[in-house]
Amino acid sequence: MYVAVKGGERAIDNAHAWLAEERRGDRAVAEMSVAQIREQLSLAVNRVMAEGSLYDPDLAALAIKQARGDMIEAVFLIRAYRTTLPRFGASEPIDTGAMTCDRRISATFKDAPGGQILGPTFDYTHRLIDFALAAEGDAPDAPQTTPQTGKTPHITEFLAREDLIQTEPAGTETPRDLTREPLDFPADRALKLQALTRGDEGFVLSMAYSTQRGYGRNHPFVGELRVGQLPVEMEIPELGFAIELGDITVTECETVNQFTGSKTEPPQFTRGYGLVFGHTERKAISMALVDRAMRWQELGEDNVGAPAQDEEFVLSHSDNVQATGFLEHIKLPHYVDFQSELELIRRLRAEAMATRAQEAAE
Amino acid sequence: MTDYNFAYLDEQTKRMIRRALLKGVAIPGYQVPFASREMPMPYGWGTGGVQVSAACLTPDDRFKVIDQGADDTTNAVSIRKFFEKTAGVAVTEKTSEATVIQTRHRIPETVLSEEQILVYQVPIPEPLRFLEPKETETRKMHALEEYGLMHVKLYEDIARHGEIATAYAYPVKVEERYVMDPSPIPKFDNPKLESAALQLFGAGREQRIYAVPPYTRVVSLDFDDHPFDPSKADHPCALCGAEDSYLDEVIVDDTGRRMFVCSDTDFCAGRREDAA
Repeated sequence: MYVAVKGGERAIDNAHAWLAEERRGDRAVAEMSVAQIREQLSLAVNRVMAEGSLYDPDLAALAIKQARGDMIEAVFLIRAYRTTLPRFGASEPIDTGAMTCDRRISATFKDAPGGQILGPTFDYTHRLIDFALAAEGDAPDAPQTTPQTGKTPHITEFLAREDLIQTEPAGTETPRDLTREPLDFPADRALKLQALTRGDEGFVLSMAYSTQRGYGRNHPFVGELRVGQLPVEMEIPELGFAIELGDITVTECETVNQFTGSKTEPPQFTRGYGLVFGHTERKAISMALVDRAMRWQELGEDNVGAPAQDEEFVLSHSDNVQATGFLEHIKLPHYVDFQSELELIRRLRAEAMATRAQEAAE
Repeated sequence: MTDYNFAYLDEQTKRMIRRALLKGVAIPGYQVPFASREMPMPYGWGTGGVQVSAACLTPDDRFKVIDQGADDTTNAVSIRKFFEKTAGVAVTEKTSEATVIQTRHRIPETVLSEEQILVYQVPIPEPLRFLEPKETETRKMHALEEYGLMHVKLYEDIARHGEIATAYAYPVKVEERYVMDPSPIPKFDNPKLESAALQLFGAGREQRIYAVPPYTRVVSLDFDDHPFDPSKADHPCALCGAEDSYLDEVIVDDTGRRMFVCSDTDFCAGRREDAA
């Protein structure tokens, strides 16, 4: 006898209780604090802040803890919280030239004012599992030096002086806010950059990689990659001047791309741009490559039909919270639509079999 | 949950959604872009419907949620609990007693009245999407009322299968203007789209809202020689005996025997109560 599926409510409550237990893991093992995650899993925290579009390391660390380390789930928690926050106003544009750089490298010039600063990078580590870490070995102190003061000029400025690289027109308009207005096409560059900076790291990386392998190739040099802290300021109308709200860490990448000229533009290097919250190099470089690929129209290049050139394709599919939601929703019941398909297939099949039987008889 | 506003969304966001709803009502079947918010439930799980419900609910409303026609499917339970918690509204499983009904994949069997609002969860609002993936193109097609591609698709179905091979999310034309996706309801439900109730459609991830105002003409696309047929399983309900309701097929034992029961649980339970 058929028993209607009842008790959904109790099943959900029990599932949540089980989930909480699984999240905690073996209680014989000490519980992890949010501060430990913030300090020791900082690159995960950075990714959650970047894709969550909210700069708050403590909250991102808490989201990672709550999400059991599922990064997209943590991003989702941050986004759902962010959307409830009131907007008091907008900050002044940040000046990345005034960044206190932890890391600053150029692949186009051997040396340049401000110097090459390697900083805390995995780049030249040998990827050998460090078993000493399992024994809770404390990290040795790194050597110290006095930090540089003053501005660090952007590498592309030196190319711009000779007109060897395109100049970006300064915009006066306040860019539209992707999180407050529906996305529509064609999107301007500010909107594309917003979508890319919060886009899924894996997706943006793969899109960038596809351009390197020939799907919309635009040979990039990393003109400059810099990571560091800079202040965020906001003008308070009552005061009439800007005050400092605090410091954030960002990663900025400017690529210098080969460009032999087109019908509308003379031969000149062109730029791709990436700017991401936190120390997030892979993402910033990927973003710059995809940004450059999507600029084909503006530069009068050919559309070769590469996925990374197609802004509608890239922007509609870069958001992992949207993507994972729609992908995972197919776990929900679909009895009704499946039933209608079932009846259709039975009917079509019966007709097809009857026709076949008739043909065999003839 | 005192940290959040009534029905979760802040009043500014509700106002933005209400504006989109009003525009949708003014242009029946037209997809209005709106700045969909991240909700505390995943995209694809009814965030569009939830935002529309949040913008419509008042403290006096009585709210019902169905998924696949049933009040007790897990996601329906989850959404109903969400509004119980954030809006404190009364809830019901009785279709006739509800003032706002949020639904996924079904239209209730009980005829709705002018006092009711039916809110649909919509996964892909664009009926032309599977014929043309680009939004820039499909918006142009709607603007120019250029629906030839859809008719060709339906014609090809007939040429290949002898009938239109679309069983759910069957496209309709609203008030002789816009071709609209009625959300993935079985085509059996399509005739019920002409209703006394206000019907609102929310697609959160795709950032679109559209509407069918009461008593609007809604015609399922077809051809004169292949008229629209709202088919269903050719059985009565095994529980209440209804011959005119949409049925779920349930596998009852290891040999694969089937039974057919009403998908609308409130309708089925009501009929059994009346019979008893």
